[in-house]
Amino acid sequence: MSGGDAIPEFSKSKSGAKSGDGHEVSLTNLSAFASGPGIKSGKEVAAILAVAVIIIGGIELALRLFHVPLYIMPPPSSIAYALFDEFPLIAPHLGYTLVELVSGFTIGAIIGLVLAAVITQFPFAEKIVAPYILLLVTTPMLALVPLLILRFGFGYTPRIIAVALAAGPMVMINAATGFRRVDSAKIALARSYGASTLQIFWKIRAPMALPMILVGLMIGAIFGLLTAVGAEMVGGGFGLGNRLTTYSSMIQMPQFFAVVLILSTLGILIYVLFFLIGKKWASWEA
Amino acid sequence: MNTGDAKKPKLGVQAATKIYHTASGDLLALDRCSLDVSANEIVSIVGPSGCGKTTLLWSMSGLHSLTSGEIRLDGKAITGPHPDIGIVFQEANLLPWRNLDANIRFPFEIKGEKPDRAWIAHLLNRVGLDGFGGKFPRELSGGMQQRAAIVRALALKPSVLLMDEPFGALDSFTREEMNRLVEEIWLDTKTTIVFITHSIEEAIFLSDRVVVLSARPGRVAKEYRVPFARPRSLEIMATKEVFDLTNRIKMDIVGERTRPKAAERPSAEIVRIRP
Repeated sequence: MSGGDAIPEFSKSKSGAKSGDGHEVSLTNLSAFASGPGIKSGKEVAAILAVAVIIIGGIELALRLFHVPLYIMPPPSSIAYALFDEFPLIAPHLGYTLVELVSGFTIGAIIGLVLAAVITQFPFAEKIVAPYILLLVTTPMLALVPLLILRFGFGYTPRIIAVALAAGPMVMINAATGFRRVDSAKIALARSYGASTLQIFWKIRAPMALPMILVGLMIGAIFGLLTAVGAEMVGGGFGLGNRLTTYSSMIQMPQFFAVVLILSTLGILIYVLFFLIGKKWASWEA
Repeated sequence: MNTGDAKKPKLGVQAATKIYHTASGDLLALDRCSLDVSANEIVSIVGPSGCGKTTLLWSMSGLHSLTSGEIRLDGKAITGPHPDIGIVFQEANLLPWRNLDANIRFPFEIKGEKPDRAWIAHLLNRVGLDGFGGKFPRELSGGMQQRAAIVRALALKPSVLLMDEPFGALDSFTREEMNRLVEEIWLDTKTTIVFITHSIEEAIFLSDRVVVLSARPGRVAKEYRVPFARPRSLEIMATKEVFDLTNRIKMDIVGERTRPKAAERPSAEIVRIRP
């Protein structure tokens, strides 16, 4: 044991928790919005709405004024009408996509989190595994969908696998960054009270990693959404991706854009969800 | 709190030797360092930077094991973290995701014990942190954070308190305030305190005894008794005795820093000396 102790050093530059690992400035940082312009008054809300009305109204006006054909770009009003009119037909497909996203993401996230927690405990094993993780992160899992369809058919299975494969590595790589942020002073504090390895994990390492875990979950969920929609476009007769190919092949552009609008809303909801979770549970770092 | 036998040290360091095995070779941090701390005593350890002060303190706390030698608490050798020893770390070391109350509850959670609410409330009152329980560390000043850390360390009623340069990061006024607070707490609890510091003034103001460690490898080079009665006032710091003592300790440390190292080198190899 005596050989394993690290030389106690507390120079400020070493306390990684405080002075950044570089992710502070990244776009995906949960504090990006918290430190940005928050909406404070009704006046600001009114201004935001007014700008939206001007932009959307402007697009509407321009499209109608220049007689842009519907199949090139439908005006906002016809998209809104299509969304309203076709929603009962689109809704089940939204449901299918959500099933794929939620189940695939859950599987991928759990595997990613467990792997990150385990692998960071063994730096040597981590070094060996790292290139493969990078390969998983950088390979677009959509590329595997035709293969998965060949093997598993046109049902949910290939899509859920693709979503899990897309989300898992994203969760893992970010969570691993979090778990690697070891603050030896905080671990020493826990050890000085006789904490077990498990207690150190749950009471020091996990809370310390939480902000990065949330970033990973958010990116993973958004990648999962992309992959789910992409997989639906490749094959199978259901899901929002399938609606996109169907509507565009029938040149039903208002309906097509209605689906795009639903997908954007889904993405925003994912962002807002994790942002709110981060604000509640990881605001200490903001 | 006193163990009764006045001759038996509360905390005894016997020929403590510590070798760190680093990537670039072995590093002898402590070399047969011996030091006794009596019950209810405040002992400060000063010395040139990198002399092994923190290593010595971490070994006393049981966080680090010694390569050879022994540390005894009430006559029993320490083999790991001991419930009777509290530590105040450099830079408060509060957990930023917990508010102040939850930070002070932390040791009890680890031990699976119920926190002694009355005692904690008394301590919080003592250090002037009443009503700050819901605040997070980032909402508190450096001095307040360190006071919270002291409460956390004392909450389990340790009989020995080890303080590792606790006020190094504070401005000098806050530091003086904290020094008086430590004395007040000592008058209240008579906890045995081992205090590591870079500040000779701080060491003199607080301690019954100031121990000067040699340059690495660390061993006790000199010891000074500080004869002033408690409670001490800041005025004593302006007296000639303190002035002379400060200078003598300063000269000792300067001497340690410039002493040719090769002459004192023990059998163990020193491959690398960190700055």
